[in-house]
Amino acid sequence: MRTTKAPQEIDKQLNSRAILSGILFGVGLVTFIDEMVFHQLLHWHHFYDKSTTSLGLISDGFFHGLSWLTTVGGLFLVADLRRRNAWNWKRWLGSVLLGAGVFQFYDGTIQHKLMMLHQIRYNVVILPYDLIWNLTAIGMVVIGYYLVRKSKNSYKQMNLTGSNS
Amino acid sequence: MTSNLINLFFVAIGVLAIFVYLLAVRSSNQHYKKWPSYRSLYWVMGVFSAEAALVGPIATQAHHNFAVHMVGHLLLGMLAPLLLVLSAPVTLILRSLSISKGRRLSKMLKSRFVKFVGDPFVASVLNIGGLWLLYTTELYSAMHHHVFLHLLIHFHVFLAGYLFTASMIYIDPISHRRSYLYRGIVLVIALSGHGILSKYIYGTPPVGVPSIQAEQGGMLMYYGGDAIDLVLIFIYWLQWYKGNRPRESQDLRESI
Repeated sequence: MRTTKAPQEIDKQLNSRAILSGILFGVGLVTFIDEMVFHQLLHWHHFYDKSTTSLGLISDGFFHGLSWLTTVGGLFLVADLRRRNAWNWKRWLGSVLLGAGVFQFYDGTIQHKLMMLHQIRYNVVILPYDLIWNLTAIGMVVIGYYLVRKSKNSYKQMNLTGSNS
Repeated sequence: MTSNLINLFFVAIGVLAIFVYLLAVRSSNQHYKKWPSYRSLYWVMGVFSAEAALVGPIATQAHHNFAVHMVGHLLLGMLAPLLLVLSAPVTLILRSLSISKGRRLSKMLKSRFVKFVGDPFVASVLNIGGLWLLYTTELYSAMHHHVFLHLLIHFHVFLAGYLFTASMIYIDPISHRRSYLYRGIVLVIALSGHGILSKYIYGTPPVGVPSIQAEQGGMLMYYGGDAIDLVLIFIYWLQWYKGNRPRESQDLRESI
C-alpha cells in the first residue's frame, strides 16, 4: 500500500495530521484537567449528580471514554510528526487550543446547562463560574484559530528549506 | 463443603495453567529463539491476578461487600486478561505443538466462529453488555444463591475480558485483523459503556446492595477501569506507531 505520493499531497496530509494531533490532545487535556482539578483536587464537581439526565450521563461517558484514547493518541501522533521532520509548534499548539476550547464550550453549555450534568460548583451563585468557564473556552478557540492560520506560512517555508533526506 | 471443592478446583486450574505454560516455554526454547522471560512473567502474574479474584479473602468478602466484589471484577475481567494476552499464549502453543496439530489449531483460529466472537464489536458486546446485564437486572443477587450461576458468570467475565483485550491489541497472530480506525471507534464505545455503567451503579445500586457500597464500587469500577484501559490504549497506539514507521530508504515524510 506504500505508493509514492506527490510532495504537495504529503504536505497536505501531514498538515491535517498535525491539526488532528493537536485537536485530539486538546480534547483529552481539557477532560483530564477537568477530572484532576475540579473533581479530585477542588471537589467542586460531583462524581454523579442525581439531576443529570440520562442523555447527560451518556454524553459525559462518551467523552470520558474518548478522552484517554485521544490524549495518548495525540501524543503518539506528535512522535510520528517528529520522526517525519514535520513538526510545527505553532500549528500544534493552535490546534490544541482549538480542540480544548471547543470541548470546554460544549461541556460548559450543552453538558452542564442543557443536560444538567453536574454543575461547576455547588451552593454558590453559579453565573460568574459559568461565564468564566465559557469565556475561557471562547478565548481558547479564538487564539487557537489565530495560531493555526498564522502557522500556515511558516510551515510551507519550513518544508522548503528543511527538506529531508 | 462445596466452596472448598470449588476453591480447590480454581487453584488446580491455576497451577495447571502455569505448569503447562512453562512446559511449553521449555519445549519452545529447544527449537526456537529463547522465549522472552517477561512473557512468562505476564502469564504468571495474569494467573495470580485471576486467582486472587476467585479464591482467598477477596472472593470471600465479595459475597457480602459490593466494593470488594468490584475489586475482584477488575482483577478477573480486566487485569488478568490484559496480562494473559500480553504473554502471547497462542504463539507459544503454536511453537510447541507438532506441525499437524499446529495446523489444526490455526485452522480453528481461522474459523468463522472465532472470526465472529473475535470481532471487536461482538467482543465488546459480550464483555460490556454482559456487565450491564449482570448489574442492572436481578442476575447479580441471583448469582449469590446459585453456585453454578456464580461459576458461569465468573467464567464469562474472564473469557469476555480476554476476547475483548485480544480483539483490541494484536500480540498473538490473528487472521482476521481489523483496521485501527474500526478498533478505535469500538474501543471508545466500549470504554464509554463501562464508564456509564459505573456511574449508573453509583446512582442506582444493584438489587440487594447498600447504596454506600454501590457508590464505592461504582467509583472503583470507574477509576480502576481507567487505569487498566490506559495501558490497553497505550499499547494500541504503540502498535500503530510501530506499524506506521517510515522505511529508512524512503523520504521520512513518505508512507503516511
